[in-house]
Amino acid sequence: MADMNGVLPAVTIAIPLLASVLILIVGRHENIREAVTIVAATAMLGSVLAMLPEILSGGRITISLLPMVPGGDFALRVDAFGMVFALTATALWLLNSFYAIGYMRSLKEHAQTRFFFCFAVAIAAAVGIAFSENLLTLFIFYEILTIITYPLVVHVETPEAMKAGRKYLAYLLVGGISLLAAVILTYTLTGTTGFVPGGFLAGSGSALILQILFLLFMVGFVKAAWMPLHGWLPAAMVAPTPVSAFLHAVAVVTAGVFGIVRIAGWVYGMDLMASLGLGTFLAVIASFTIITASLFALTEDNLKRRLAYSTVSQLSYILLGVSMLSIAGMTAAMAHIPIHAFLKITLFFVAGAVIVSAGKEYISDMKGIGRKMPVTALMFSAAAIGICGLPPLSGIISKIYLALGAVEGGMPILLLVVITSAVLNAAYFFPIIYTMLLDRPDDEHSLDSVSEPPLVMLVPIILTATVSVLIFFFPSTPFMDLIEIALAEITGSVIP
Amino acid sequence: MTMIDHIPVLMIVIPILASLLILLAGWYDRRFCYPISLITILFQFGSAIAILLHVMQEGTIRYSVGGWAPPLGIELVVDSFNSYILAAILLLAAATAFYARRSVEKEIGPEKTVSFYVLFQLLITGLVGMTITGDIFNLYVFLEISSITAYTLIASARRPHSYVASFNYLILGSIAGGFILLGIANLYAATGTLNMADLAHLLPASYELATVHAAFLFLMIGFSIKAAFFPLHLWLPDAYAESPSAVTILLSTAMAKVSIYAMFRILFSVFTTAYIIDTFPVTGFILFIATVAIVAGAVLAIAQKDLKRMLAYSSVSQVGYIMFALGVANQIALEGGLLHILGHAVMKGCLFMVAGLIIYRMGTSRLSDLKGVAKTMPISCAAFALAGASMIGIPPTIGFMSKYYLVLGALEAGHWVYAAVLLLGSLLAVGYIWRFIEIAYFGDHHGDHGEDHQTRAREGPLSMLAPIVGLALLSLFLGVFVEAVMEVVGPAVSILLGGA
Repeated sequence: MADMNGVLPAVTIAIPLLASVLILIVGRHENIREAVTIVAATAMLGSVLAMLPEILSGGRITISLLPMVPGGDFALRVDAFGMVFALTATALWLLNSFYAIGYMRSLKEHAQTRFFFCFAVAIAAAVGIAFSENLLTLFIFYEILTIITYPLVVHVETPEAMKAGRKYLAYLLVGGISLLAAVILTYTLTGTTGFVPGGFLAGSGSALILQILFLLFMVGFVKAAWMPLHGWLPAAMVAPTPVSAFLHAVAVVTAGVFGIVRIAGWVYGMDLMASLGLGTFLAVIASFTIITASLFALTEDNLKRRLAYSTVSQLSYILLGVSMLSIAGMTAAMAHIPIHAFLKITLFFVAGAVIVSAGKEYISDMKGIGRKMPVTALMFSAAAIGICGLPPLSGIISKIYLALGAVEGGMPILLLVVITSAVLNAAYFFPIIYTMLLDRPDDEHSLDSVSEPPLVMLVPIILTATVSVLIFFFPSTPFMDLIEIALAEITGSVIP
Repeated sequence: MTMIDHIPVLMIVIPILASLLILLAGWYDRRFCYPISLITILFQFGSAIAILLHVMQEGTIRYSVGGWAPPLGIELVVDSFNSYILAAILLLAAATAFYARRSVEKEIGPEKTVSFYVLFQLLITGLVGMTITGDIFNLYVFLEISSITAYTLIASARRPHSYVASFNYLILGSIAGGFILLGIANLYAATGTLNMADLAHLLPASYELATVHAAFLFLMIGFSIKAAFFPLHLWLPDAYAESPSAVTILLSTAMAKVSIYAMFRILFSVFTTAYIIDTFPVTGFILFIATVAIVAGAVLAIAQKDLKRMLAYSSVSQVGYIMFALGVANQIALEGGLLHILGHAVMKGCLFMVAGLIIYRMGTSRLSDLKGVAKTMPISCAAFALAGASMIGIPPTIGFMSKYYLVLGALEAGHWVYAAVLLLGSLLAVGYIWRFIEIAYFGDHHGDHGEDHQTRAREGPLSMLAPIVGLALLSLFLGVFVEAVMEVVGPAVSILLGGA
């Protein structure tokens, strides 16, 4: 079995790549094409789950695929933190695939073969990022993810979409160059780019150089959409909803925050970060983003755009957690990755369902829509409550750890940020809940033709919301257990 | 002397005879021309691979032409540097040969095919000669053979603009030839020899002579013009844009690379690093100009309205990358530079082939006429996207790998600012590559749903499509398996830095 396990990381990435080729080949036959997507998504999740026991028992799976350039082989390593991301991404991809099929068919979208092809390659890149053994491999997958999501973002091909696409590329490719510079600089300083729990940069350069390097990394991980480099994310909202779900929950922004946590824990290490004052730097950026993005969200009437600003704000929770440079803070950061992903994808699924069933994108048009789409609206409310950090949903877990970290670290101001943000979250989500569930429609008959979305869309919505509840009741299976192992690694409490 | 030792000279003699044969056979029946040309080029390519493998294992091949021992006689020298270049240019020549048949039928016209293939064959042979000769005057002779055939081939498109382009190139090419000849004469005056190895041996004694400095400058300027090194690139955009597609591909891949090869050879193997870094410190200046070339070429490319012209300016930018390596002049950067010689040839070959195919099918390469072309030519546009990604430097393509080596080398040498400019400059490539991608894939959303495109254009014939797809995949696989390429490039760089 050991040998079997050894190749599983590569298999996990190969499955969607193979599927992408098949999708192109059978493109004309819609049903077969969609079957390929579903089979691949299931197989991928299965393959990730097959590795879970070994990782949970504290093991790691490493496989070196190809020698490449000085600075790192093309190599994969599955560790506990990578597993958190991979598990989130593959589980959500499966649900998102069902949802996407329902969505794209309901709206009779064009170029669906291109769409599902890009989707498959993108998930391969996302899991590649999760499983990268070194910075260089991570960078390669990161760039592939940027390029392959471009056709998804501009899918509708309107002038507005093309403009958004240019913005998307401009931000992310400039970020990519910055990341490449950071990777090469890291190699020049240390002669390696392989991730080491607890970091490997200490003592390799002057404080100034390491600070600049961190800035390069931060710009590199612009996918984390921290302010003021967040502009691409709301712009990308022109894409079909499954793409938004993919950007916001499954892969893209998650890849950004994943990268920053990776850098903090496995390249710099918390001690070095603290001695360079990078925690404070990060805390300032994160706090600014959390508050400002929430304020932006308040003013948006377009539901998807409001959700986009909510994402910008929520992602910085993860940065805030990292900035505390403590166990509690890191726990919050890592836990918020799956927690936010499952909550936010629910919200986007609902936004898409409303578009499909009612053709409505603006919150002010959604009055009383819950009467016709009760399940959908309820799921939205649940997930929104989760984002606000109220029980019985998963969102509260990361909030508690963040508060704990702020108090432990003697940073009451950060506690204030967390509380303010909770209030703001409520301020922009509760009106939506009110509008959907309680408000009366302006015209009683305007909603006559509206009904619940098709089951392939409704079931994923229910499932993601359910998972968010389950995480609240059973946080340790498997996410918190994985995070515990990852934390033990980077703090050195077990020998890696 | 085993069989393999004779192959270098056969690679020149047989093709020259073949070009005569093409002429004679073409007299009898034009249809014979193409097969003879193709077989000859495939023979050359096969020989180049055989030589490469042999040199990798057994070391340098030296062959005295006619049995006259060097330094008096002409010597052919194939070491790990030029065997790599030789394989690279003949790979592209072979791909072009496959591609050429249909394109030539349409663009040149049947009555001129005979002379076309004769010249085509001579051009390739001239380039092979430039690559493998160990004698600097012989290099000049082959340079003129390839140049004169190139002027004629550019004009063979027989459009008014192509005559002007050809004439421009003729003027500038002749100036370059003049500079090179003067340089060689000066070297001969200083040392009394024309054999490159001998020159490298004798020159250090005369490093302080003004004659040698003058020779160096003349050669630098001459080859900079031939290689289209900014700002001496003025002949290039017209020559590439106005020539027949098959000629454009050959010029932009094989010929451009051989000119750069000659520059590298003379700087590193004749003058050696001791001269270009210590005695006559020129590398810093080259590095500066190369960086300007990268940025300026890309900006000019973005400003173009025609696909072929855009790709031509992109070449100006890409030559900058290779010269960047020369400017940094350490092991890693030069590995990146040599990698880029192959990589750029492969990807630019592919891009120009797609441009040629679009002209073949649609009769135009104006960007504004190409809206939605990906719908009718999906395979070639996908190939363009892949080779274009390589041009931008998206991993894991070959374009990324060479960029990576260049930046790594620049940082190792402490050129932080240049490394930063190179990285940012590479983003400019997005500006021109993406323009085509947007137009081709997402361009027809302005109402006209391309009815006329569908009738006018469809995917190209297999003989043109196969090399396009092959080169596009190659630009990916060379990147993925870059380690294997480095097995060849590493020793080649050692040759350059070792001096001999």
